[in-house]
Amino acid sequence: MSNEIKVRTILKEHGRLAREVEGLAPDTDLYQAGMTSHASVNVMLALEGEFDIEFPDHMLKRSVFESIASITSAVDELTATAQ
Amino acid sequence: MKRPSVIRETDVVARTAAIAAEVAAKHAATVDAQSRFPHETFAALKAAKLLSAAVPQSHGGAGAGMLELGAQCAALAQGCGSSGMVLAMHHIQVACIARHGLGTPYFDRYLSENIVARQEVIASITSENGTFGDTRSSVCAVAVDGENMSLAKDATTVSYGAHADAQLVTCRRTADAAASDQVLVLFEKGQYTLEQTGTWDTLGMRGTCSPGAKFSGKGRAEQILPGAFADSSAQTMVPYSHILWSALWSGIAADALGRAAEFVRGAARRNPGTMPPNAPHLARANVELQAMRHNWQACAMDFDELTGADDRAAREELGSMAWALKMNQLKMGCSEVAPRLCHEALQIIGILGYKNDTPFSVGRHYRDVLSAALMVSNERIASKSASMLLVYKDA
Repeated sequence: MSNEIKVRTILKEHGRLAREVEGLAPDTDLYQAGMTSHASVNVMLALEGEFDIEFPDHMLKRSVFESIASITSAVDELTATAQ
Repeated sequence: MKRPSVIRETDVVARTAAIAAEVAAKHAATVDAQSRFPHETFAALKAAKLLSAAVPQSHGGAGAGMLELGAQCAALAQGCGSSGMVLAMHHIQVACIARHGLGTPYFDRYLSENIVARQEVIASITSENGTFGDTRSSVCAVAVDGENMSLAKDATTVSYGAHADAQLVTCRRTADAAASDQVLVLFEKGQYTLEQTGTWDTLGMRGTCSPGAKFSGKGRAEQILPGAFADSSAQTMVPYSHILWSALWSGIAADALGRAAEFVRGAARRNPGTMPPNAPHLARANVELQAMRHNWQACAMDFDELTGADDRAAREELGSMAWALKMNQLKMGCSEVAPRLCHEALQIIGILGYKNDTPFSVGRHYRDVLSAALMVSNERIASKSASMLLVYKDA
């Protein structure tokens, strides 16, 4: 399963979005789609658990978690480093 | 970048300190007793053109950074806490416009004509029935129709709304937007009505006159601040609020401790050679006052350094979890220490501090800073910080 599909599954479960995750384009702004900062923390925690990664502090900013594409790219980067 | 020692000497701070001593302090007791707006103070600030301190020099303002604005708010709050709070809130609104609206014809004109030339006061409407104190969500939504727009909002508190010349209002971007997909909209006097729905008979900060109100306004679409409130909140409203509030709370605490110091000096002069019994308490309280001042000043200098570049990286940094935690920690720290310092001042002075009509009265100071932990509830802030610390590693 590609990282993007896993990211979408986690967003569906923890993102508390106002819209269906299936209908979101990779670059849709998740904050505009209703993700609160509180929900974004739960998304981060679930991603860290699912991929067995730790987001370094410099990645903990809005721009990294603002879209499915940006989250997937951060996860790709961290999982590549881990291997 | 300016340092605190330089800031104290600047024109903006020095002239504000003079108004604090000569005008604000004289009327502070009446403002508090009658729960009325500090008109005299704001007339003086207006005449001295100090209400445009936060406007960039390119638009005719003083271009003061966070450290200088903090020192200005602290200086004013030493004379009158409510005045310091109103000035801080006004600057917060001006900064949102200056940092997110600059370069658009409407907001460029608004800053140079309304704020700089006419020295108008801006209030904000961020609270709303149904959002339970969460400023980052809205129920109401702006309705745009071609070049026009309209908005109605049922607010739980509107600080000095009836005394302001404009209202900066949070709302959802469209009728079908998510609760957190917000924008800021500016309404000028004549474009809105504000129907008071509650009272403002509070323990402290009585001069801010902040009852609930039903807002209804119509304007032009160009009055919607560009971008998302998510960004202007993180990059401007939150840092300006928490740093300027902390600064003014330190000003209130400093005045209370100043009264305690005056009281202790009086006792020392009556008995040279005998240390007044409460003098060591004063020494201990000053340790906390110094820490409190350095806390907000350090955050203000960090902010001024970041915004000196004001590039994409700086704005991203202001949107980072590290910065959000820093702001939360500053706000919680200063809002909790300020009442403690007023309490200490009261213990040092004793009954003359407890009485409301002596030169050593600190009741108003104490009551004013009790608002600090409540305006954006520390409970809410602590739980947000706790949530962030689940993923933030400080590594």
